[in-house]
Amino acid sequence: MSTDIRISRTSNAAKVAAVLGALIVVILIAAPYWAGRADLRLMGEIFLYLALASLWNLLAGYAGLVSVGQQAYVGFGGYMLFALTIFSGLPPLVAIALAGLLGALISIPVAALIFRLRGAYFAIGTWVMAEVFRLVFAQVSALGGGSGTSLPTDIVRSMADGRSAREALSYWLALGAALIVVTAVYLLLRSRKGLALTAIRDNELASASLGIDIWRTKFFVYVVTSGLTAIVGALIFLQKLRISPDAAFSVNDWTAFVIFIVVIGGIGTIEGPIIGTIVFFLLRETLADLGTIYLMVLGLVAIVVMLKAPQGVWGFIRHRFDLQLFPLGYRVERSKDS
Amino acid sequence: MTQILQLDAVSKAFGAVTVADDLSYGLEEGEALGVLGPNGAGKTSMFNLITGTLKPDAGRITFAGDDITALGAARRSRSGIARSFQVPQPFTHMTVFENAMVAATQSAGLAGREAERLCIEVLDQTELLDKANDRAGGLTLLNRKRLELTRALCAKPRLLLLDEIAGGLTEAECTALIATIKSIHASGVSIIWIEHVVHALMAVVERLIVIDFGRKIAEGEPKAIMDSPEVQEIYLGIEADA
Repeated sequence: MSTDIRISRTSNAAKVAAVLGALIVVILIAAPYWAGRADLRLMGEIFLYLALASLWNLLAGYAGLVSVGQQAYVGFGGYMLFALTIFSGLPPLVAIALAGLLGALISIPVAALIFRLRGAYFAIGTWVMAEVFRLVFAQVSALGGGSGTSLPTDIVRSMADGRSAREALSYWLALGAALIVVTAVYLLLRSRKGLALTAIRDNELASASLGIDIWRTKFFVYVVTSGLTAIVGALIFLQKLRISPDAAFSVNDWTAFVIFIVVIGGIGTIEGPIIGTIVFFLLRETLADLGTIYLMVLGLVAIVVMLKAPQGVWGFIRHRFDLQLFPLGYRVERSKDS
Repeated sequence: MTQILQLDAVSKAFGAVTVADDLSYGLEEGEALGVLGPNGAGKTSMFNLITGTLKPDAGRITFAGDDITALGAARRSRSGIARSFQVPQPFTHMTVFENAMVAATQSAGLAGREAERLCIEVLDQTELLDKANDRAGGLTLLNRKRLELTRALCAKPRLLLLDEIAGGLTEAECTALIATIKSIHASGVSIIWIEHVVHALMAVVERLIVIDFGRKIAEGEPKAIMDSPEVQEIYLGIEADA
């Protein structure tokens, strides 16, 4: 009798999810042809939040870097889009890509500083850095100082002919950003580096003893997420067409809501931010008319989920049904031939 | 034979507690060295110094001809030093196979099929293949110890540090473990083994050192060391029935 051993990295549930996911993506790509202007705008915003949430999840849920200062890179990316198009005359699409590169670069010295801090001190340190970013950009009078500036109409017009074409482009960029971010996070976590990250999350002592450079791995994740966050930031303010320091570096909009999404959906899972984004926008769209009560409901939902399902909605489902739509692990399968 | 490991006057203290006191010894490539000493003598700390988890206050550690005293744990692991922890340190949320894959990909630097094949081979050798898809957090103590050995072997080490891996095993399990370690040794891997189960140690090692209060108090051929009055005194009550 010989035993044949095979290593599988997928499952039937994942295959079904991949087909359904591809179908949904096709429908979403066609949205400018079937959705109204307001819906398109809302969906664009949803995708950008999904991208932000997936990035924060990678940072906090996998690398253990609980940052409350990622608004630094959202705002930085937004400002770079405005600065590069207004001062250097670059086309907006080039400026967006460049904003990501610059965001990654600026995150290197920031990381060198804040990586000296641990736990709660790290979180506070990231927030302080974001405030530093806000104060610096408020000093740039060419970009409107504290009151901000708008993207000049000729730059906006240069993107596409007509308002609806521009809005479709803006939508596709947002959808593209979300797809790229989720795919990148998935591929990263399936790779050798992803295995290292998951190991570090479980046990730092054993990780170091098995050849994993913990500082370097976390640094890599911080720089990559910061660069991608800057790209998302540039896209957010391309949608808004107006930027100011308070809007660009808002801890509420770009960190508190994002943390809510990830925690509700399930931190440390790829599916979590997707579920969380849907829940967040369902709540927002149904409760938006209630004013401040909306925020109180959000808080209440967060408290209930943390008490009843600390692993979030997806964590609860995964635990119950042993389900993974984005398979990251390895399964050893044995088929016995007699 | 060439020297694989050399400790030169290594010292380390935590305040008034000295865990390594002017510690010097060498290990030949392919040699198996046993380490004895009472609890708290500094045996595990010595492993922490060799693997880079602890930095010495003074002295020098050379591995395969290179001074590694200033290198971090990760670099030392990649250069070929692997260890099993006395208190098992599994990646609890990962499966047994994934635990092994961490070692094969990060420390041994293998990729894809090559890494997977090595893990399957080692899991078969350490009798964990049936548990390959189980979460490491749910393993029994015996299997956690097997996992420690598995991960260390998947790192493809030149030097293997074993920390009380036979403690708590039944007689049959212990015999199987001795056979496994002997075959690892026969494949050319150098071994340093800290063990209180003296007969297991005596079955494998070619040389013994005895440590107390961080100092090396005896070194030599196993039988002679076990019979020496100094060791008899420290180990009064422990039988050497090799």
